[in-house]
Amino acid sequence: MKTDVIIIGGGLMGSSTALQLAMRGMHCTIVEKESPGRHASGVNAGGLRQLNRNPAEIPLTVEAAKMWRNIESLVDSDCDARFPGQLRVAENSDDLDLLEQRAALLHSLGYRHEEMIGRKELYQLAPALAPHCVGALICREDGYARPFHALTAFRHKARSLGVEYRVNTIVDGIEREAGNWRITTRKGEFQAPVLVNCAGGWAGQIAASLGEPVPLKPAAPMLMVTERLPHFIEPVIGSASRKLSFKQMQNGTLLVGGAHLASLDFHKEKSEIKWPKLAVSARSIMALFPQLKDVRIVRVWAGIEAFMPDNLPVICKSSTAEDAYHAFGFSAHGFQLSPLIGRILAELIVDGTSNFPIEPFNITRF
Amino acid sequence: MKENYPLVIIGAGPAGLAAATVAADHGVEVALLDEQPAPGGQIFRGIEAAPDERADKLGPEYLRGEKLVSAFRNSSARYYPDTKVWSLSEQRDIGVIHQQQAHMISAEQVLIANGAFERPVPFPGWTLPGVMNAGAGQILFKGSGIVPADGVVLAGSGPLLLLLAWQYLRAGVRVKAVLDTISRGNYIKALPKLPSALLVHHHITQGLRYQQTLRLAGVELHNGIRDLQAHGAESLESISYRHKGSNHTLETDSLMIHFGIIPNIHLSQAAGCDHFWHKRQQCWRPELDEWGSSSVKGILIAGDGGGIGGARTAEHAGRIAAFRVLYNLGVMNQQEMHLEAKQDRKWMKADLRIRPFLEKLFRIPESMLRVPHDDTIVCRCEEVTAREIRAAIADGHSDSNQVKFYTRCGMGPCQGRQCSQAVAHIVADQTSIPLQQSTQFRIRPPLKPLTLGQLASLYPDETE
Repeated sequence: MKTDVIIIGGGLMGSSTALQLAMRGMHCTIVEKESPGRHASGVNAGGLRQLNRNPAEIPLTVEAAKMWRNIESLVDSDCDARFPGQLRVAENSDDLDLLEQRAALLHSLGYRHEEMIGRKELYQLAPALAPHCVGALICREDGYARPFHALTAFRHKARSLGVEYRVNTIVDGIEREAGNWRITTRKGEFQAPVLVNCAGGWAGQIAASLGEPVPLKPAAPMLMVTERLPHFIEPVIGSASRKLSFKQMQNGTLLVGGAHLASLDFHKEKSEIKWPKLAVSARSIMALFPQLKDVRIVRVWAGIEAFMPDNLPVICKSSTAEDAYHAFGFSAHGFQLSPLIGRILAELIVDGTSNFPIEPFNITRF
Repeated sequence: MKENYPLVIIGAGPAGLAAATVAADHGVEVALLDEQPAPGGQIFRGIEAAPDERADKLGPEYLRGEKLVSAFRNSSARYYPDTKVWSLSEQRDIGVIHQQQAHMISAEQVLIANGAFERPVPFPGWTLPGVMNAGAGQILFKGSGIVPADGVVLAGSGPLLLLLAWQYLRAGVRVKAVLDTISRGNYIKALPKLPSALLVHHHITQGLRYQQTLRLAGVELHNGIRDLQAHGAESLESISYRHKGSNHTLETDSLMIHFGIIPNIHLSQAAGCDHFWHKRQQCWRPELDEWGSSSVKGILIAGDGGGIGGARTAEHAGRIAAFRVLYNLGVMNQQEMHLEAKQDRKWMKADLRIRPFLEKLFRIPESMLRVPHDDTIVCRCEEVTAREIRAAIADGHSDSNQVKFYTRCGMGPCQGRQCSQAVAHIVADQTSIPLQQSTQFRIRPPLKPLTLGQLASLYPDETE
């Protein structure tokens, strides 16, 4: 089968890239080893967060935030996105120092989307918070969406523009032949002049087969969700000194993350919950919301994500192979960036260069 | 509660009680965990407390459990009632709530003996108050003597339906009708299995006796009913069904339904044991060897949780698994294990002779399992209808887990126990991928409600 671009991986990055390329008139085929959203794209916490990003990601996250505000114009669905803000709470003066340094750093870079708020405003925004907190860093434009719904919207839109999804299709071989990529799978062969690697946890294998191995580490961050509760908190709550992300979803359930990792058998694609770490998460919640002591946990899970040693993604043209591109390794914070990543890759593929500063994400940095 | 045991048994029904007694009698330190306040499981629930009069009404089979329970009580096995297991890992770490306190314990060997539950079959109106599982109805009756005040209709399939109707009748409850989905076809298909079933005729003569008693008392008994529906604004007011080509309506505020029982596989699924679709029993079952060993090292399964066989078979399977555990722990050698298990194997084989007959006879019509009416709620927790599930499948979400992601069907507190089967049937029907090849919901702990406070109390020394 011949097409203009083959994209390996049908998650958000792959679907977003296919969508942007299709909007520029190119024909894309997505080769997906399972079903779209089986791993990171479907099971992440759905955070739309600019707050506390690595400075290298700030230009990207700011633009992505604009795209999320208008996501319906891109994918014909609001993806259930909400923008009640995200907070990093300070519980003592050390926390406060840490957050103030961060705010100063951001301001020195010329950005204003993160700012300090005092105790009074904090409790106006989050009256349910335990009374000992002293202030917070806030990004008022931040929020969250429903990841699997967002992915479905991207997929639908991409398909409506002619993108083909080949699911349950595992890539067995990648070869370059007379200016064409030839991808062999058990479900047939695909050929295209351009290849894109959006294979998430499996992207390291693809990169290695292009002759540029990367220190990608697949891991499975744990999330837990509780029973539904009457709405009591609007913004997403994080902490200056705890590994915690806490929000009440549209349906009243509480979604708790914190990047604590499950143990993962990557080969078998099986993760096992590490209860000691979740107990720490639960204690963090007890510290900030002691009134939730008797709330029942309904579900705990861990999806496979790709982590890089510096927690920054790889977004670039291949350094070894012609007409090959990478977008992977988002280290558990790619969801918010995903609409923009498709644009950046489409720019790289169609125009040969991107309007965004992506040098820090080059694969040659390792 | 200690942190580690050589053997932990989950479930104090016939399988768990028999296994615990054998293991304890051979000097193994056993912890038996059970959700109920007293031993006996569902079948022998509350047996130690049942007043003689009610025990008499419940029939002689019920008293068979007395022996099992007293042998267990006299053994050295440690018994933890009111104890819920909320997690079981491949490494045999067991998350437990005992007296409101969360614990994490571990075991060298785990025997899952948590039995079966009533097959959930969604039909129009099944979520209305007044519609109840016959098993739950029987628990109310056995446990507290509570019966429907204004009469009852019983509908579905399976031995429990007749038994409960008979028990209600004896307790003076007005049984308005017993509506069975068994068709003539089922009888014809079951007939070839009858000769071997007759070898364990007590099951069949018992069934016939119930039927006869009900008929003599003037109870309407109908076979081959179709299109069962429950109606009512706030709660059940009437039911309707098709019988012999015409529609019927019955006024009632109480409907007991029963569509047989299926193995409780949440624990074995959570632990990563392999399962397969059992066509005859129309359910998933764990893959087990002749000792009850699962595909996961150190995890065994006995009783209805390993496949429906009934109480007597469960008792034998419990003992057989216990002998295997004793061998695994080095208490017995191979020869002793085989010798000890011989008698139980013989009895179990004999008891299982009835099964092919019962499976054919009480087979649920596939048309019912596919949830034909679009408006029927399939997922009670998240209120997802058959229509929404079909729409999701048509939209390209072509397996159970994608349907779950998209519709939230199966994401509620019951962890998909109520809807996983129906979703699998609908997916198989829509995609033409046979159930045997279909994927099951991935099980996400906790399997039982665990509060944030309880989780926070675990591993107090652990830090970020």
